[in-house]
Amino acid sequence: MNLLLGYYPGCALHGSSSDYESSIQACLQAFKIRLVELNGWVCCGASAAHSVNPLLSKSLSARNLAIAEREGYTELLAPCPLCSMELCKARHTILEDEEHRKQLSDIVELPLQGKTRVINVLQVFESIGQAELREHVKQPLTEVRAACYYGCLLTRPPKVVEFDDCEHPNSMEGILEALGASTVKWNFATECCGAGMTLAREETVIELSHRILANAVAHGANCIVVACPMCHVNLDMKQEETRKAHPELPQLPVYYLSDLVGLAVGLKESQLGVDKHFVPAELDLLSEPAETR
Amino acid sequence: MEDLTARTAEIPGVKCAVHYKYMCSDPGQSLVREKIVEEKLDGLVVAACSPHMHMKTFRAAAKAAGLNPYLVEIANIREHCSWVHEPKTEMTTVKAMDIIRMSVNKVIQDHSLEPIKVSLVKRALVIGGGVAGIQAALDIADAGHEVILVEREPSVGGKMAGLSETFPTLDCSQCILTPRMVEVGQHPGIRLYTYSEVEAVSGFLGNFSVTIRKKARYVDVDKCNGCLDCWAKCPSKQNQSEFDYGLGQRKAIYVPFPQAVPARPVIDPKTCIKFQRNKCGVCLKICKANAINYEDEDKIVTEEVGAIVVATGFKLYNIGKKQDTPGIIGYGEYGYGEYKDVIDGLQFERLASASGPTSGEIRRPSDGAEPKNVVFIACVGSRDPAKGIPYCSKICCMYTAKHTMLYKHKVHDGQAHVFYMDIRAGGKSYDEFVRRAIEKDGARYYRGRVSKISEENGKLMVSGSDTIGGEPVEIEADMVVLASAMRPSDGAKELAQKLKIGYDEHGFLSESHPKLRPVETTTAGIFVCGACQGPKDIPESVAQASAAAAKVQVLFSKSELTREPEVARIDEINCAACSACLRACPYSAIERAEIRDRGGNLVKYTSRVNPSLCMGCGTCVSVCPSKCADLEGFSEQQIYGMVNSLI
Amino acid sequence: MSGDFEPKIVAYLCNWCTYLAADLAGTNRLEYPANVRIVRLPCTGRIDFNLIIKAFEMGADAVLVSGCHPGDCHYTAGNYHARRRWILFRELLDVMGIDLNRIHFAWISAAESKKFQQLMSDMTSRIREMGPYTGYREIAGIEP
Repeated sequence: MNLLLGYYPGCALHGSSSDYESSIQACLQAFKIRLVELNGWVCCGASAAHSVNPLLSKSLSARNLAIAEREGYTELLAPCPLCSMELCKARHTILEDEEHRKQLSDIVELPLQGKTRVINVLQVFESIGQAELREHVKQPLTEVRAACYYGCLLTRPPKVVEFDDCEHPNSMEGILEALGASTVKWNFATECCGAGMTLAREETVIELSHRILANAVAHGANCIVVACPMCHVNLDMKQEETRKAHPELPQLPVYYLSDLVGLAVGLKESQLGVDKHFVPAELDLLSEPAETR
Repeated sequence: MEDLTARTAEIPGVKCAVHYKYMCSDPGQSLVREKIVEEKLDGLVVAACSPHMHMKTFRAAAKAAGLNPYLVEIANIREHCSWVHEPKTEMTTVKAMDIIRMSVNKVIQDHSLEPIKVSLVKRALVIGGGVAGIQAALDIADAGHEVILVEREPSVGGKMAGLSETFPTLDCSQCILTPRMVEVGQHPGIRLYTYSEVEAVSGFLGNFSVTIRKKARYVDVDKCNGCLDCWAKCPSKQNQSEFDYGLGQRKAIYVPFPQAVPARPVIDPKTCIKFQRNKCGVCLKICKANAINYEDEDKIVTEEVGAIVVATGFKLYNIGKKQDTPGIIGYGEYGYGEYKDVIDGLQFERLASASGPTSGEIRRPSDGAEPKNVVFIACVGSRDPAKGIPYCSKICCMYTAKHTMLYKHKVHDGQAHVFYMDIRAGGKSYDEFVRRAIEKDGARYYRGRVSKISEENGKLMVSGSDTIGGEPVEIEADMVVLASAMRPSDGAKELAQKLKIGYDEHGFLSESHPKLRPVETTTAGIFVCGACQGPKDIPESVAQASAAAAKVQVLFSKSELTREPEVARIDEINCAACSACLRACPYSAIERAEIRDRGGNLVKYTSRVNPSLCMGCGTCVSVCPSKCADLEGFSEQQIYGMVNSLI
Repeated sequence: MSGDFEPKIVAYLCNWCTYLAADLAGTNRLEYPANVRIVRLPCTGRIDFNLIIKAFEMGADAVLVSGCHPGDCHYTAGNYHARRRWILFRELLDVMGIDLNRIHFAWISAAESKKFQQLMSDMTSRIREMGPYTGYREIAGIEP
C-alpha cells in the first residue's frame, strides 16, 4: 500500500495504553502504512476541557488540526475515539462556521482550513479493503467468535464523526470476517463501559462492564474486540475486579482490533503487545471451552 | 368635504361630483343610481371607505342602474387617509385628492366585464375508500349526486376496517364501519371501483376527466355471486395477509376480510399455483358462476366528474432500518423486523380484533404465548427531527392508552408499561380515557424514551429512562408495541402531482388555508379530507369528510358556475409563446395553444388562459417579456393610469 | 431646506395582506404621516417592476412594495415570484445607478397594522432626511 499517515497518539497511547500503540504500529507496518507522529501535538482536552470551557476544547483540537494541515496530511489517524471525536468536532466547526473558524485560527496563531480529515483505526482497515486484508492473511482466525464492541464514542455524534450506523454499526464485523473470524450478534455493541468513571466510581464501571461482558458470553462470543483504549482498560484491566463481583462470569480475552489483524497476518503476540493484556489473550486459548479458563 | 367635492368636479373626465354623508345607506345608494341614470355616467368613483367594505354594495347599485359593475372604483379616503392622518391639514386634503384622482384615472381605463360562466358535471370522484372516503361518498350521494368511489385495495374499509375497538368509547370498529361499507356498496348513487387506481386527471373545476386503471382481478365481478367457495377451496394457503399486516395468512384467491365490500375475491398471481406453475385451477373448476378468468387484464376507464375529493389516508412509518424515503431514518435499535415480538400499533389492532389472526386473543407472534408483560412505546418516529419526522402523529397517545386497556381486559394478570414523551389527550372524553387506562386498568406510565430493545434469554429487554423518577428503567417484556408515526400513504405525492394540488415536506396534502379553507385545495374543485391531509383520528376524519362533501354540494347546487371576470387574458396575436407565464402560473391556468388558419394550417403557438381556472393573481402579467399578458381589473393601462396621475 | 421637504412615497400593496393591514391601521386610528399613496394590486406577483421606475419618473421620492409573508400568499406563490424577480431587478437598478435606499420591500400581514404604521413613519422620516430624489431625473436625462 505504501502510505504515509499523520498520527495523533493522544495521551493514552503514549501512556497507559502503549500496548495499543505497539499493536497499531506493528500491524500497519505489515501493510506498508507508515505513521508519522504529529510534530508538537497537544492534548485534546479529553473529557475535562469541553465540559468546562468549550472554546478551550475546540482550540486545543484546532491547534492539532492546524499542525496536521501545515505538514500536509490529508488524513490524520487518531486511534483513541475520544481524541478522534474531539478533533472531528473541531473540524466540523471549522468547516461549518466561518466566524468560529477565524476565531480559532487567531487563537492557535496558525492558518486553519479543516483540510485534514480525521480517521479512526477502523477506517484505516476499511480503506485497506476486505480483499487486500484477505490476501495478507497467513493464519485465518477460525477459532475467533468475536463480540465487536464499538463503545459509546466511535460512532457518535453521527453528524460529526460521519462513521458507520450510529446505533447498529457493522464495519468491525466486516473487517474481522475478512480475517476468517466469526462474529456474534449481541446487544451491547454501542453501550457505555463507564469510561473515565473508572477512577471516580469504580463500582458503576464494574456493573456496566459486567453487563457488556456477560451479554457477549451469553451470545456465544469467546472474546471481545475493541478499538478504544478506555474500553480496553475497563473490560480487560478491570475484568478481575468485575469477576470478583460476578464470579459466574468466565474470563474473556479483550483484543484491540489491530491485535487480531496483526495475528491474522502472522505477527507474534509479543510484537503486538497482546502479551501485555491482563486477561490472557493468546490465540490458542480460544479453542478451549470458556469454563475451563 | 364640500371643498373636496368641488375640486373633484374639476378633475378631467369627471362629469359630476356629489357629496352625501352615508353613501352606503339606502338613500345614498339611491342617489348613486339616480346620478348614473340622470347624467348617463359610464364610470363611477366612490370616495369613501375601503373597497373591502363596500365594493360589492356599490357594484350592485351600479348594476341596478344599468352600469356595468366593473366600471366602479372606490377611492379609499377613510381607512387610508382621514382615519390615519392629522385632520384638517393641507397635507391630508392633498392626499385625499390624490387618491380620488388616481381612482378617476383608473375608472377611465376600466371596461365592462361579464361574469364567466362555466358548465358543470354534477358527479363527484372520491379517491380512497377508507372511513373518510366512505363518509364523503355517502354524504354526496345522499344529497342526490352521483359518486364514483375509487379504492386501491380489493375492498373498501381502509385502515379502520382492521381496527379492534376505537377510543374513547371502546366500540367495535367493524361494528360501526361495516354497515357504512355495505351502504356504499348498495347505494344506487355510488359506483364503486375497487382494486383500481387513478391514473390521470385533466380538466378543471366542474369538468374533470379522470382516467382510472381497474387492476386485473381475474374474477369477473359481475358474474361472481359472492359465494366465496373458491376462497374456501384454494390450496395456496400460506401467504402473508396484507390485511393482518403479516400476522395472519391468506389464500391466493381471497377477500381481505369476511365483511369485504364488494364481497368479490381477487386472485394474487404471485401466490397462485395456476399462475406460478400452471397447475391447480381449482377455483375455475368449482366456480358455478363461471366468473374466474385467468386471462383477465388491467382495464382503463374514463369518467367525467365535476369535483374531486381526495381521501387517500395514511400508512405507518417503517420502524426498521430500511426506509423508502430519503431523509427518514429507522429505529434500528428497536429491533423491529428482527424480533418477531416487536410489533407496531396496527399489528396490535389485528391481535386484539375478534376477526384477527388470533380471534382476538392476545398471543405474541413468535410462539403464540400469552404475553404477561407488554411494553408500549409512544412517539416512535413522531416528534423526532433526527428521524426526519418532526410532527406529532396525534392519535398515538390515545390508541396506546386504548391498547393498554384492551390488553388488560383480555389478559387480567398482565402488566402494561408505557413509555411516553407527553400525553396529548385533547378532545372530548379523551383525557378521562387516558386516566382510566392508568388508574383503573393499571397501566404503568414512564415519562421517557427507550434507548434500546434487545433479546436476552427469550425475553425482550427494554432499556429506557423514567425522567420523572430520574432513573433508568429496564423491563423484561414478552412483547413490545411501537406506536409509530403516521405518514401519508404510498403514492399520495404522485397523486397530488397528477391533481396539481400541493403537499407539504412530509407528503401530506395541503389545504388552501389552514383555518378558513381546511378542505379546499389550491385547485378549485378538488377537496381533501382525512389523514392524507395530516395526522388525525376517526371523528376528525369523518367531520372533515362531511365538510368536503358539503363543499361539493355547494358547488353542485348551481346549474352552472359563475366566476369573477377579473382574470388574466393574453394578447394571442402578439404572444411569442415563450411560456414564461405557463411556468409562473400557480394554478396551471395557462396552456400552450395553437392558432390555425381556416385550412387547418398552424399559424403560430400562443399561451392561452383558461378563465375557469385563473384566480387573477396577475403573476403572468409581470413575467411576460412581450407585455402580452394582462389582468382584467388591474390592467397595465389601469395601474399606469393611476401612477400617471400622481404628479 | 430638507426641514420643509415632504417626500412622496408610492406604495404598491397586495390586496390580501398589506392593503388590509393599512385598512386595519385606519380602523384602529393608528396615525402616520400622509406622504404615502397606495396602489392596490391583487398580489405582489402582479407587480411589474417597471412600475417602480414609473413611480420615480412621476416624481416619487421612494417606493414601497409590500405583500403577504412568504408562505402566506393568497395565490400560493405570487410573493415568491415577486421576491425572485426583485433579487434580479435590484441588481439591474443598481447598475443603472438608482439609489436602492429609495426602494423598500416588506412583508406585512393583514394583522400587522402596527407594523404598517411603524414602517410608514420610519420610511417617511428616513426619506425626509435623505431629501428629494433627483437621481432618477439625472439618470433619465429629464430636465429638472
